[in-house]
Amino acid sequence: MMKVVRGFYAVAYSVKLCRPDVICAYPITPQSEIVENIAQMYANGELGNCEYITAESEFGAASILVGASATGARTYTATCSQGLILMSEVLWNAAGMRLPIVLTIANRSLSAPLSIWNDHQDSMAMRDAGIIQMYVENNQEVHDMMPQAFKIAENHKVMLPMMVCMDGYKLTHAYEPVDLLNQEMVDEFLPPYDPPVKMTTKDPYTFGSYATPASYMEFRAAVYNAMERSKKIIEDVYKEWAEVSGRNWGGHIVAENCEDADVCVMAMGSLVGLVREVVKELRGEGKKVGFIKIRTFRPFPAEEIAKAVDNCQKIIVFERSLSMGSDAPVTLDVKSAIHKKAIDVYSPVVGLGGRDVPHKLVKSTIEEVIENKAKPGTYFKGLKDYEEVIV
Amino acid sequence: MKITLGAVSRPLESLKIKTGDWGTEYPVIIEENCKGCGDCVVYCPDLCIELVEVGKDEKGKVRKVAKVNYDYCKGCGTCSVVCKHEAIKMEIKELYRG
Amino acid sequence: MKLFGSGHGACPGCGLPIAVKSVLEGTGPCFVANATGCLEIISSQYGKSAWGVPYIHSVFENSAAVAAGIEAALKALGRKDEGPVVVFAGDGATADIGIGCLSGMFDRGHDILYVCLDNEAYQNTGNQQSGLTPPGSNTTTTPSGKVLPGKIKPKKDMVSIALAHKAVYVATASVAYPRDITRKAKRALEFEGPKYLQIHSVCVTGWGVDGKQAIPVAKLAVETALYPLVEYENGQLVRVKKIKDRKPVEEYLKLQRRFRHLFKHPKGKEVIAELQKIADENAKKYGLDA
Ligand code: SF4
Ligand code: SF4
Repeated sequence: MMKVVRGFYAVAYSVKLCRPDVICAYPITPQSEIVENIAQMYANGELGNCEYITAESEFGAASILVGASATGARTYTATCSQGLILMSEVLWNAAGMRLPIVLTIANRSLSAPLSIWNDHQDSMAMRDAGIIQMYVENNQEVHDMMPQAFKIAENHKVMLPMMVCMDGYKLTHAYEPVDLLNQEMVDEFLPPYDPPVKMTTKDPYTFGSYATPASYMEFRAAVYNAMERSKKIIEDVYKEWAEVSGRNWGGHIVAENCEDADVCVMAMGSLVGLVREVVKELRGEGKKVGFIKIRTFRPFPAEEIAKAVDNCQKIIVFERSLSMGSDAPVTLDVKSAIHKKAIDVYSPVVGLGGRDVPHKLVKSTIEEVIENKAKPGTYFKGLKDYEEVIV
Repeated sequence: MKITLGAVSRPLESLKIKTGDWGTEYPVIIEENCKGCGDCVVYCPDLCIELVEVGKDEKGKVRKVAKVNYDYCKGCGTCSVVCKHEAIKMEIKELYRG
Repeated sequence: MKLFGSGHGACPGCGLPIAVKSVLEGTGPCFVANATGCLEIISSQYGKSAWGVPYIHSVFENSAAVAAGIEAALKALGRKDEGPVVVFAGDGATADIGIGCLSGMFDRGHDILYVCLDNEAYQNTGNQQSGLTPPGSNTTTTPSGKVLPGKIKPKKDMVSIALAHKAVYVATASVAYPRDITRKAKRALEFEGPKYLQIHSVCVTGWGVDGKQAIPVAKLAVETALYPLVEYENGQLVRVKKIKDRKPVEEYLKLQRRFRHLFKHPKGKEVIAELQKIADENAKKYGLDA
């Protein structure tokens, strides 16, 4: 059923159809409206036996879900920014304990200075935790992703938390037409959670054991390998979704016009729409430019990217976050994916803390690279001249 | 090696760990003094004392006395201190006798 | 099946296993959430678990929240009849780093028995002071020195904090009286809602107590009124452990290395007087003198 809805509602409605058992969250801008909408559904008695808990902090929310997930419940939360990094201790723990908690991240910048606006710094800070991360470009995609996220995370060969990342405000608060899913179809696609092991007095296992040097390394390797294994499972789920929903969002990446491109341009999240449009324009002007949308960020689709850029000489990665003291996060992975190829990587950092990324800026940034007017490496675009003074 | 999903452990595998060699002392139950009150049982931090039947008393009632499982006893002496009937005395292990 | 087994790694004479087995004796099969700390380390090594109940350890400061999640899941999945939910957390995990999660658990009214194992410092990591370390105690982060006589501030009043949250059952207990612990755990479960039980537990290494002295020392804490045993139901004080011939606090202090300096330190007398005052106030507040 096609309806014009806001992003947060598209998420809440989809989560409801996934029949979670325990939802727990703490408000934070611009995520709050997701859980507010879920709370309303709960108040209306639309969530069945689901327990909806208002936690005392994001840290508490993630912890509650650890207990619930270990007990065999399908679990969900949404957060972003400070809330996500407040959760981080518990989320690392949940990944190590192999608990398939699903989160929606309403991507927002990190303090200081405080900013409620969008970039990808928050989810990037969770990069190494053992949490599957994927980024959506619009509200239909996030609506479609929630059932897929549960299916991926809860797969017995995976058993890892998963974050579906959507740009705060830009998507969460945007009105877009969304073809709303129906319960029958989601039920068909997503069976109830069948935990491979759970806390029960019938079979009293010990969860969260500590490991000595005699086994710690094997457990960490097991998380690493589960993440590797998830690559195939994620792809299968993406494919299955395309079949049942009729909407094909592609695989880990979506490469357009890359076969003959000299320059491949990459983006993640809501910037995808604009960058794709600019690349098309440039194509129309006869420039040999291709476009790659990165959907899955963890596990990183290195092989897919290496293959897609095989014929190009330059890569542009539009970055929405920083790794202080090194290249920006996506660039680091892209460079490692193509390390055997002689390709220059340009990493314009744009739109931090909600800074506008106009069409003109994207276009000129790409043109500069095409015209050899830019230097490879990490640099800022849309940055004002500034001078740092004490006060 | 086999490892479990998320380091889940099976119950009560600690029983494999014989902590009986930790201490320098060990308790000896003086059966004739033991009233079978069970105080030592509730206090023992290593859950290694139980009451066992040892026939009947004069009135024909089942008589129970304390019995230590030396596989786990750490020789802390708690049982000997809490026993109100002087039925447990601590001895130094052969190994540590001077 | 035993609910807690031998072979755990506690120091000889440690109070924690006494507290744990006594609680479990009262609760029967239950779900346990445990904070990082002494108990977790001695009982939950991979492949060597001492637990015969479903047990979870997540991180240091979140066991109240993890327990809340277990309770919520049992409700949602229609499995509440499987058993009650119990938290075991140390004094630091309770009164310091985990107090936010504990407050949330109380506030939301989860049906959980929260047991604070109070050995009065971070003993697992080597006797660093916590909010429940008593004044005058020599810890590795509040050592006695030429100027300072050990920890300065009094114990955080967790009983009042629990009562202020309208916890339905709030009590203190001591490893000196295991059967009392069992009774209190059992009694607590007769109430639906958040319950708080704080158990004074001797740490032989951290306190500097001979293993054989552990129980006598724990008894003295009660008999001096430094550790009053009290019981509240629905906010009302319903029972206290009366003391016959209350003993001076020195008798308790002198058996422990952590207080030894008080008998020589220039400020020692002052601190001992302060501790006596705390004991006297406890006796008066709870009507402990028999
Ligand atoms: S040994 Fe002492 S404490 Fe133990 S049962 Fe016998 S009389 Fe009671
Ligand atoms: S010496 Fe300690 S461990 Fe051994 S039986 Fe007595 S109380 Fe238990």
